[in-house]
Amino acid sequence: MESKKRSPIARFFKNPLRRWCWLFMGPVLAAFAIGFVWPFFQGIYLSFCKFRLIRDAKFTGLSNYTAVFADESFRHSFWYTALFAVVSLVLINVLAFTVAYLLTQGLKGSNVFRTVFFMPNLIGGIVLGYIWSMIFDGILSKYNTSILLETKYGFWGLIILMCWQQIGYMMIIYIAGLQAVPEDMLEAAKIDGATKWQTLFKVTIPNVMPSITICTFLGLTNGFKLFDQNLALTAGQPFIIQADGTVIKTTEMLALNIYNTFYGSSSTSPGVAQAKAVIFFILVAGLGLAQLAFTRKREVQN
Amino acid sequence: MKKIVALLLALVMVFSLAACGEKKEENKEPEKGSVYWLNFKPELDETAQALAKTYTEKTGVAVKVVTAASGTYSQTLTAEMDKSAAPTLFVIGNQAGVKDWKDYALDLRGTAIEAELNTDGFNLYDETGKLVSIGYCYECYGIIVNPDLIEKAGHSMDEIKNFDGLKAVAEDIHARAAELGFDAFSSSDMDGSSSWRFTGHMANLEYFYEERDAGGWTECPASLTGAYMQNFKNLYDLCINNSLTAPTDLATGGHDAENEFKTGKAAFFVNGSWEYAAVSGDVPRATMIPYYCGVAGEEKAGLNCGTENCWAVNANASEADQQATIDFMVWLVSDPEAAGKMVEQLGVLPYKNAPASTNGFLDAANQYAADGCYIMDWATNYQPNVDDYRAALVSALNQYNADQSDANWELVRTAFVDGWAVQYQKANQ
Repeated sequence: MESKKRSPIARFFKNPLRRWCWLFMGPVLAAFAIGFVWPFFQGIYLSFCKFRLIRDAKFTGLSNYTAVFADESFRHSFWYTALFAVVSLVLINVLAFTVAYLLTQGLKGSNVFRTVFFMPNLIGGIVLGYIWSMIFDGILSKYNTSILLETKYGFWGLIILMCWQQIGYMMIIYIAGLQAVPEDMLEAAKIDGATKWQTLFKVTIPNVMPSITICTFLGLTNGFKLFDQNLALTAGQPFIIQADGTVIKTTEMLALNIYNTFYGSSSTSPGVAQAKAVIFFILVAGLGLAQLAFTRKREVQN
Repeated sequence: MKKIVALLLALVMVFSLAACGEKKEENKEPEKGSVYWLNFKPELDETAQALAKTYTEKTGVAVKVVTAASGTYSQTLTAEMDKSAAPTLFVIGNQAGVKDWKDYALDLRGTAIEAELNTDGFNLYDETGKLVSIGYCYECYGIIVNPDLIEKAGHSMDEIKNFDGLKAVAEDIHARAAELGFDAFSSSDMDGSSSWRFTGHMANLEYFYEERDAGGWTECPASLTGAYMQNFKNLYDLCINNSLTAPTDLATGGHDAENEFKTGKAAFFVNGSWEYAAVSGDVPRATMIPYYCGVAGEEKAGLNCGTENCWAVNANASEADQQATIDFMVWLVSDPEAAGKMVEQLGVLPYKNAPASTNGFLDAANQYAADGCYIMDWATNYQPNVDDYRAALVSALNQYNADQSDANWELVRTAFVDGWAVQYQKANQ
C-alpha cells in the first residue's frame, strides 16, 4: 500500500535504472552527436558553400552541385567504382562462403586455417597497398610492364588485394552462420535422400541468409567506400592523357576522387568535394538499404 | 558487489572527464602570448623541437612545434587552421599557397623579422603588394656529382661544361659500368618519394628558359609554349638510359638513389642541397653541377636556387601571440646558438645576423653566381594545381619509360604543356 503513495521523484530515485541511465547513455549519445550527427549536418551545409576553412564558409547555393554533374572524372570514377564493387562483392562472398563451408566440414586443423585466413584483415589498407604493389611489380616487371601502366592490371590487382584481405573476415561471419544451421534439418534432408548439392542449396543456404545479408551489405559498402588500398596501390594511375591536356585517372575510385578534388587549388574545390561527398553518401546509403531489403526478404524464419 | 563495480566505473568516467578538462587550463598564458609553429620540413623537426624547448626555458614563452608528415602539409594546415588554437607560424611556400592562404597571413612589411632579412629575393607577395611570407632558408638543386668516380673513369670535371660534355662522360661510364664497378646515374624512381626530382625539379629547366625568354614571370602564366621540351628530353633520356636501373623498372620505385650515390655505385645523383649532410660524409668531394640540357650558352648556367620555405604569421591570432611569434622568429635567425643550429640543418639563412653557410652545394651555387653564371630560379613554384599536374606527368613518364616511342613522348609533352593550361583553368575558375 505504501508504494502507491510515493511521489514521482521518490520513485525516480528508487529505480536505479532510471537514476543512472543518463550517466551510461550520455557519453555514447554525446560521442555520437559530436562525432557523427553534427559533422554530418555541417557537411551537408558546407556542400552549398564556398570555403577554405569551415568557419569562413560562404553560402553559394547549388553551384557546387552543378560543378559535380559537369565533372567527367566523377562520372568515370562512379562507373569504375560500381564495376569494382560488383565484381569484388561476388568474388569475395563466393570465395568466403566456399572457404567457410570447407572449414565447417570437420577437417583437421580447421582452427589453424581459420586464424590464417583471418589474419590479412588485421593489416592496414595503406600498408597492404604498398606491399601488393611490390608483389605485382615483382611479377609484372619480368614482362617489362607495371601495375601502373595498364588499367586492367590496376583493376584486377585491387580485386586480388581486396579478396585476400576480406575473405577471412567474411569467412568468420559465414562460419558462425553455418554452425547455426539446425542439425535436425540436415539430418532430415539426409534421411529424405537429398544429395549434397540439394542439401546445400535447399537447406544450408536458406538458413545462412542472415549471414549473406550482412556479408553482401559489407561487401557492397566496402567496395564503394574503398580508399586506402586504392590510394596506395595505384592512386588512379595510369591516366589517359587526352589531346587537350585533360586527364582521366582510369583507376581512381569515388572516395579518392573526392579526396583529390578537396585538395585541388581552386577556391571552389573544397565545396565541390563536399557536394560530391553528399552525393556519395546518398548513393552508398541508398544502395545499401536497397540491398538489405532485397536479401532480408529471402531470409527464412526458424 | 555489482553496485561497487558500477560505482567504480562511474567514478573512473567522471575522473577521466575531469582530467581532460584540467589540461587545457594549464596551457593558458594569456598575457605573454604563445607560439604554435606548424613546421613544413620533416628533417627540421628534431632541431625545431629542441630550439622551442630552449626558447621556452630562456624566456618562459610557450612554443609548440608540430611537423606535418612528408607530403601532407596542405592537409595538416587545412585541419589545424580551423582549430581555435590555430598555428601562429606556418608556411606559405609558393604562388598557389599565396592564393589559398593570403587572407590568413599577416602583412609582414615593417616587422622586426623583415628588418633582419639580407635579401627580399625569397619573399612572396600577393597582388596587392602585401608581404605574405618571407623566406627562412633557400636551397638549390641540380646534378650531384662524385668527382672521384669521374676521375676513376678517366675523365675530369672540366669536361662537363655543357650537355655534350655531360652526355659523353655519362654514356662512357654507362658503357663501361661492368668494368668500372659503378654506373653513371643513380635510379630515377617514379614513386611518390622520388618522382618530384623530375616532375618538380628537372622540369624547372623547361620553365626557367621559357620564363627567361618571356622576360620573367610575375604570376603563373595561363599556358606554356613547350619551346624547351627537347632540352628536358635530352637530360631526362640521358638520366634514365645511363643508370643502374633499367627505365622499365622505375614505375613503383623501391631503389634507394641516395644510397647508390653514397656507396659509390653511381657517379651522378639528381637532387638538391638538402642532401649535402647525408652524402658529404661518404663522398666528401661531392659537388653539384647545373642541369646541362643543350640550350645555347648553357656554359654560363648556374644552379637552380630558390625556396618553398617561407614563414607566414597567422593574421587571426591574438596580437600577443603574433608578437610572441615574431620575437621567436627573430630569435631563430639572429641568436648565435639558435641560428647556428638552423644553419646546420637548413644550409643557409638569408638573414643579416645568421652564421655563414656550411653546405657545400650551396657554396657551389654561390661560386657559380660569383663566376658570372645565371641563377636558374624556381619557376617550378608556379605549377598550377601542383599535385594533379605532377600526377599526370608521372603517369605519362611511366608510359614513356616503359616504351620510349615518339607517341609516348607526345603524351609527356601533352601532360607537360597542355596539362599546365588545363590545371591553370581549373585552379582559377
